[in-house]
Parts: sequence; structure tokens; C-alpha cells
Amino acid sequence: MEAWKRHGAQIVGVLDRQEAALVRGMVGQIKDMLDARVAEQPEDELAALTGIRTGHSSPPEDPILARLLPDFHRVDLDEHGELPPSAAADMDAAAAMRSLHEPELLDRKTGVAAVVLRTCPPDGGVARLSEEEAEAWLTAINDVRLALGTALQITEDTPDVLPEDDPRGPHYGVYQWLTWVQESLVQAVVGGDEFAN
Amino acid sequence: MTTPVEQERTQVDPAVDEGAAEVGAEDRPWLTIVWNDPVNLMSYVTYVFQKLFGYSREKATKLMLDVHHKGRAVVSSGSKEKVEGDVARLHAAGLWATMQRES
Repeated sequence: MEAWKRHGAQIVGVLDRQEAALVRGMVGQIKDMLDARVAEQPEDELAALTGIRTGHSSPPEDPILARLLPDFHRVDLDEHGELPPSAAADMDAAAAMRSLHEPELLDRKTGVAAVVLRTCPPDGGVARLSEEEAEAWLTAINDVRLALGTALQITEDTPDVLPEDDPRGPHYGVYQWLTWVQESLVQAVVGGDEFAN
Repeated sequence: MTTPVEQERTQVDPAVDEGAAEVGAEDRPWLTIVWNDPVNLMSYVTYVFQKLFGYSREKATKLMLDVHHKGRAVVSSGSKEKVEGDVARLHAAGLWATMQRES
């Protein structure tokens, strides 16, 4: 695929069949993971009455989902490797925040994934995106990269080219391609703003 | 985190607290912290700061570089409700954000 380009109010990219299948497959997988988390949300009779939803209070055990759905508070061990005195209160607060906010976060993340699945041509071809759809793509592609980055244990020091015998090679190639797709899309979205002003 | 344990205290005796630097926990604002991670693109993080907070390109870039080089940056502050909303929007954008009281 060539870089995304802005045509007036639209942001346009052309994906070949394989690229489109890859984007749809990866975004679909993330959406399935998030949908499964939604399905496991605690049932709450009060929520059914009030419409105020209550989400999970504990972070996901799966590290990929945990990266997509972070805690609101961070608890670090002190210099002795022990929890600081404030840790218990912070963990309680994080649990409360999660159950309050996670349902909406899941909505937003499955929502942007659905936009990609709707606007990415299944057999490849031209994707013409509105501003809002392009923003959804940015977030959804970023979520896929976060998931892959976690699964592949990517760090700041991961080289651009992995050794030939590294089993992560093929997936790392996908990650790097998605990095390029996202970078190009940021430039198309931001560049448009600059010309408009 | 370095936040001291909150104390129930309705009255402050100036003689006792003279010279004490801390403000009552209830008066200290909340901070939105964004942490560095190896995946998020520098261009994307800058874009998110501009989009969510209405920051200029210059200010958003400076904050992004702070996250990148120092490992973290305070990107907004204010009431608990405001900061809570900011963290939620940053999570939706895929950034690693947390909230804490100013220490």
C-alpha cells in the first residue's frame, strides 16, 4: 500500500487483497477479545434498573487485554520491593474506577474496530474515510499494535531487524507494517488540519 | 507513589503547622500522568494530546518528548472528576495514563 492521502475532506488509502485481509483479521481478533470481556461483565440487577453499568473491578489476567484496559492508578513497589502504605487505598480506587469506566472504554474500543471492519474493503481496494472514520482507524490500528507489541514483548531496544532464527520474525513484520500504516495515517490526518488553518 | 496517608483534620493550628510545606490532602489537585511505552508512535501521541486537550503543536510535542525521555509527564491537572475523564479518554486512545494527587 502507498501512503494515505487526503483528498479534501476524505482520507484515502488503497489496500491490496492481502493487506485488507490482514487489517480486517487483526482488528477482528482484538474486537473478539474485547467482546469476550464484555460478555463476562458481572450481572447487576441494580444496573438493569438504573441503566448505570458496572464493569469488572479486576484487571484482565491476559496481558494483552490488560494493556488495552489499563488501571487508573499505578502502584509501584518501594526501594525495598514492598508495597508503599498508600498501595491498598490506590488499589481500591483503581478497582472502583475500573468498574465505573471499563464498560464505556470497551464500547469505544469495539466501536472503532467496527468502523474499520465496515470501511476496509474485504477484497482489497480503496478505503475512503471521513475525518471521524480515520480517527477510528488510528485508534483501532494502535490497539492492534499495542496487542502485538505486548505479545511480542517489544521494548525500546528491540532492533528493526530481528535475527533470522527469532521465532517472532513473521509477526514482527506485520507489526512493523502496521506501524507504517498508522504513521502514514497520522500524517494524512494532521497534515490536512495544517493546510486547513 | 509518594502520596501520604490522608488525615482527618478539620482544623489546622498555624502554630503547629508553621513552616510545614504540605497542604491538606483535600486541597491538592489531581494530576493526569502519561507513562512511556515502547509501542505508541511519537507522532500519534502528539496528535492525541492536541486532539484531546486542544494543546498547540508545540506544547503537545514538548509533553510527548517529556514522556519519551523522562518516562512520564503530567499532561493535565484539576479536580478529581476532570482528571478521571482525561484518563478515560487517554485510555480510549491507547495511551498508558494514570491519575494521582499532586505530592
